[in-house]
Amino acid sequence: MAKELWEGNAAIAEAAIRAGVEAFFGYPITPQTEVLEHFSKRLPELGRVFLQAESEVASINMVYGAACAGARVMTSSSSPGVSLMQEGFSYIACSEVPAVVTNIMRGGPGLGNVQPAQGDYFQAVKSAGHGDFHMIVLAPANVQEAIDLMVLAFDLAEKYRTIVMFVADGSIGQMMEPAEMPPMRPVRPPEERPDWALTGAQGRKPNIITSLYLGAENMERVNLRLQAKLKEIAANEVRWKEYSTEDADLLLVAFGTVGRVCQTVVREAREKGLKVGLLRPITLWPFPSGRIAELAEQVRGVLVVEMNAGQMVEDVRLAVEGRRPVRFYGRMGGPIPLPDEILPEMEKLDAECR
Amino acid sequence: MQEEIIISGFGGQGALFAGQLLAYAAMEQGFHVTWIPSYGPEMRGGKARCTVVVSDEEIGSPLVRRPSAAIVLNIPSMEAFEPAVKPGGMLVVNSSLVPQQSERDDIRVVYVPASDLATELGNVRLANVICLGALVKATGVVPLAAVEQALDNHLPERHRKLLGLNKEALQKGAELAGDG
Repeated sequence: MAKELWEGNAAIAEAAIRAGVEAFFGYPITPQTEVLEHFSKRLPELGRVFLQAESEVASINMVYGAACAGARVMTSSSSPGVSLMQEGFSYIACSEVPAVVTNIMRGGPGLGNVQPAQGDYFQAVKSAGHGDFHMIVLAPANVQEAIDLMVLAFDLAEKYRTIVMFVADGSIGQMMEPAEMPPMRPVRPPEERPDWALTGAQGRKPNIITSLYLGAENMERVNLRLQAKLKEIAANEVRWKEYSTEDADLLLVAFGTVGRVCQTVVREAREKGLKVGLLRPITLWPFPSGRIAELAEQVRGVLVVEMNAGQMVEDVRLAVEGRRPVRFYGRMGGPIPLPDEILPEMEKLDAECR
Repeated sequence: MQEEIIISGFGGQGALFAGQLLAYAAMEQGFHVTWIPSYGPEMRGGKARCTVVVSDEEIGSPLVRRPSAAIVLNIPSMEAFEPAVKPGGMLVVNSSLVPQQSERDDIRVVYVPASDLATELGNVRLANVICLGALVKATGVVPLAAVEQALDNHLPERHRKLLGLNKEALQKGAELAGDG
């Protein structure tokens, strides 16, 4: 299939459609409304379900219900809307049903604004909801990667019966880039629903899906099972991309939009004679701690750049374990850090680590 | 090769669409390209601008502080981006709405009375395409024919009847840019 110019938000929705999403439940919020718009046009014409719910709380609970019935299902929102969904995330995680949630992050806290930001890293990675669980968190840096990761999101959600969050910011949502869509996967027919799904129990024992376990030992058993699953995910599903790290003696770590901005920083720093490499995490959870620890042995110092006050930098520091200086540069509430601000920070780090 | 182009005006002047045309043309020429908008919440009258990066290698930052070329469709855009263009870069000014001249001697400046010419052609909203014609001709970022092709393929259905006029506007702009 040839490349076409895709807007990020529309590409995310179309990729989910190609991946066989059967139903979308959501509520409009800038800067992700184009996701909803694309679904509202395409899903009905394909005979699938698009439903604009009365709120984000309703959306996530509709997702929960449809997921219990074995449907491939998703919702999307932006920061304040995602906060409203958090109770549902926790129920979905405990019930072990697959679901995909997109967060096109905007400036916060509070109602904030509609500008691009990455202030929801902690929420996505550390604090998805109450109780002990993690979501798999995927963070694309360009439109093609957004498409590929959206397809992957459904595969991972179903493989591990877990909730997968796809995080981007408004600039990826609204930018256009040439990209290629995958072929259309057929929607799974009802008779091929997973065997754990609630499909009416005709001629078989009933399935039970719940997140309520009143006994202490029962609840602990569920927790142990969840933890074992998270461990398996952490062992198998870490993804990242490296740029010019082979001979690097200074390391940049950045994800999403600012991750790609840092590709330019690598180029410009090398023109100035600084041997800078970039590691761009693609899974924010599980985090590429192992690879960062290896690179920490090789480089003199690490600079983390984010569109927040310094969130992922904590995970980088945990990985580096004090072996090298880890410095941070960030912008909050909308501005995207540009190469001419990041490069001086890199030079400072270079001077500090001589 | 990498060109970073900012196109800026009021909402409704077609800055975003002109950038998309350029992006389509660049894509169809086999370049890497990014198009990224920036606008206020208003549908009309607010500021609207986009940044288009065209490159023969993978594009890192889709945003730039100092573009290699800019189209300014109104006074606020002139004030914002005339100083920002990189030395050696290119500035296209819609002189119908921007009375001031650039004071820089380290960039090339093309003044195009685009809104007046567009009105003469029959629709003031063609000013964006006239300026794009001038920019494409003067920078050579893509062949003019590639932008014509992009108009053929991507002019929205509701503006289809204006296809001929859009092509005229593009040519008009290119003529005014001369040989750049």
